[in-house]
Amino acid sequence: MIAAFALLLAFQLAGEALRVALHLPVPGPVIGMALLLVWLVMRRGPDEPLRHTAGNLLQNLSLMFVPAGTGVMLHIGRLTDEAWPIAVALVASTVLGLAATGLTLHLLTRNRSTGENQ
Amino acid sequence: MNPGSMTEIWVYLSTQPLLWLTLTLAAYLVAIALHRKSGGHPAVNPVLISVAILVCLLMATGTPYQRYFDGAQFVHFLLGPTTVALAVPLHAQFKRLLAMGGPILIALVVGSLVAGLSAYAIGALLGASAPTVASLAPKSVTTPIAMGIAERLGGLASLTAVFVILTGIFGAIFADGLLRRLGVKDEASVGFALGLAAHGIGTARAFQLSEQTGAFAALAMGLNGLFTAITLPWLLPLLAPLLK
Repeated sequence: MIAAFALLLAFQLAGEALRVALHLPVPGPVIGMALLLVWLVMRRGPDEPLRHTAGNLLQNLSLMFVPAGTGVMLHIGRLTDEAWPIAVALVASTVLGLAATGLTLHLLTRNRSTGENQ
Repeated sequence: MNPGSMTEIWVYLSTQPLLWLTLTLAAYLVAIALHRKSGGHPAVNPVLISVAILVCLLMATGTPYQRYFDGAQFVHFLLGPTTVALAVPLHAQFKRLLAMGGPILIALVVGSLVAGLSAYAIGALLGASAPTVASLAPKSVTTPIAMGIAERLGGLASLTAVFVILTGIFGAIFADGLLRRLGVKDEASVGFALGLAAHGIGTARAFQLSEQTGAFAALAMGLNGLFTAITLPWLLPLLAPLLK
């Protein structure tokens, strides 16, 4: 488990290094995810400890957003002053984004859905 | 134990990272237990419940957010390696992702532009202030990317983080019901929509549905972060004059 965790940190570190070196607009962990994916494709998949550690972390992905989410308390003033435009913009654009994305992919792949369910 | 020594213990512990780290995990465990008890109902969202518990505790004890974060940062740090770990489910779906490359790219462009530009346009038309509008635009993107984009657009990074989280919670609660009503039920489309419109929190919800749904959400989250970071900073200045 420590070896797998060290591997994840090493890929995150490599991602951060690439981001700084190449001035990329994407955060280090996302670059690290892409690098690990390439590595997994080359190695034909994760070993058991990595699969286990990744599964454990991802099962608790919600937890990792709690500290940043609690920061909502810093902005309660602005959120109540501009509650109406903020609420409408967040709700409407999220509904539109979900519908546009889901419908587009669904309609473009509908014809192959029988082949995908194998 | 007399009340005086209770106060002393509290004064000591409340300045230690250990207290708020422990309470963060405890709030999350309560939220997860409630989520399980509800049979995995999307409205009983673990992030929402944890945050609500912690904000109540912090306000009741008069604890500033910065002191809370001194402890909670250890959990926050895990977001990095966990993001890297998303490569594992992505790899498991890799062949399917490659076979769907064309449709995925089209859905990315359509969804990303709709989510970002509509937030900006609606906020501006309803009269939100300029920093609020600039902070709204990247709200569908994963937090660290969104904060970087907002700063370039003249928004407030910490406000953007709040919008990102609120968007994620809202998307995670309503996405599967909404998409089902639209006739979108396949795991790939539901997952991709969740990850694109509701980033990491949507991805966490997608993993509750199935591992395949989660893999597509992880892919959408990464691609949308990249795409939005490249396109939004030069698209919004073109759109801004139209809304004045």
